[in-house]
Amino acid sequence: MNPVLQLSSQDWLSLFNHFASLSLLAVGGAITTAPDMHRFLVDETRWLSEAQFTSSIALAQAAPGPNILFVALMGFNVGLNAGAGLGGGWVSVGLASLGVVVTMLGIMLPSSVLTYTATRWAHQHREKLGIRAFKSGMAPIVIALLLATAWLLTLSHNQPARDWPVYALTALTTLVVWRTQVHMLWLIGLGALLGALGWV
Amino acid sequence: MPELILLNRPHSKTDIFVSFTLLALQGFGGVLAVVQREMVEKKRWMTNEQFIEDWAVAQIMPGPNVINLSLMIGGRYFGLPGALAGLAGMLAAPMVVVLLVAVAFGGVSDQTWAQGALRGMGAVSAGLIAAVGLKLMSALRSNPMGMPVCVVLATASFVGVGVLRWPLAYVLLATGLVACSWAYLQLARQATQASGTP
Repeated sequence: MNPVLQLSSQDWLSLFNHFASLSLLAVGGAITTAPDMHRFLVDETRWLSEAQFTSSIALAQAAPGPNILFVALMGFNVGLNAGAGLGGGWVSVGLASLGVVVTMLGIMLPSSVLTYTATRWAHQHREKLGIRAFKSGMAPIVIALLLATAWLLTLSHNQPARDWPVYALTALTTLVVWRTQVHMLWLIGLGALLGALGWV
Repeated sequence: MPELILLNRPHSKTDIFVSFTLLALQGFGGVLAVVQREMVEKKRWMTNEQFIEDWAVAQIMPGPNVINLSLMIGGRYFGLPGALAGLAGMLAAPMVVVLLVAVAFGGVSDQTWAQGALRGMGAVSAGLIAAVGLKLMSALRSNPMGMPVCVVLATASFVGVGVLRWPLAYVLLATGLVACSWAYLQLARQATQASGTP
């Protein structure tokens, strides 16, 4: 069991401030700011262990829902560490919930306010040449970024001799989803099964 | 020329909340692929062209892309309450699920099969994202820049981010600036041609 963290209200505030300050920097997804979260939570304050940090990201990506929930998991773990882990009863649950609220509000509030205001404005002026040029111009780039994301995710398994089944599974999924209407949950289930059996 | 497609629209804020909750809960390894399939192919709230335009904006704005998209879609139909309904749908139920998964996974995280399952699901979710990219390509046909220019811009962005691994912000700034200026010129030219030939 981890030693119990002592977090003052000042500490909770600086936790909020850190995530709020990263919120507006998170262009292209909050995951791009993960290195800075690591610096703050693991290296500087030691509020999270290395393993907690990594598993927060991996779990949020595997679980359903937006990947931004890795931030909620980090807040959850900070709160658990401030209580007495999962064995700490309601105090732990309370602190973990506080961690979720503080970190999620921090990462979501600034960017959501900006996005909502800016896109309202853009929608009201959607017939303006500049807005239409922006949307048309960005279309091919956005497609390229999607393909690049998939590419980088695949290449994060970087030993072809061992990882080729992973590549094959990704390629197969791409084809099936592109060309058919098979429900995606079947494919996710298949991936989990093949992985659990050690075939990919 | 754009063909006429009959589009639906959400009935109510509850419809928005429930729709986004359901699609978020299906989104393993990210929600984008599910959003495209549900919004465009099943519910027909928008066309592929509109989806890619919204997605471009959602991606450029800071904050999580799919969350931005839910704010935009909800806000378009029902203003601020709609945006909040979309946001809440996207986050509330999945947050409960992910916390439960984290607690449950804490017990089995060392097992090889659990690690393997994560690996397999990761491979599938990479494929889902790639498939969305391929599907959206058809939307480029009506792009005012023309297909060849689109292909060049897309290739340049892919190489910058995926192969050379340059920072996203720089690549976006460079290719985006070229693309938007070129699109502006083309649209302006179309506009003068349209007004010149009555």
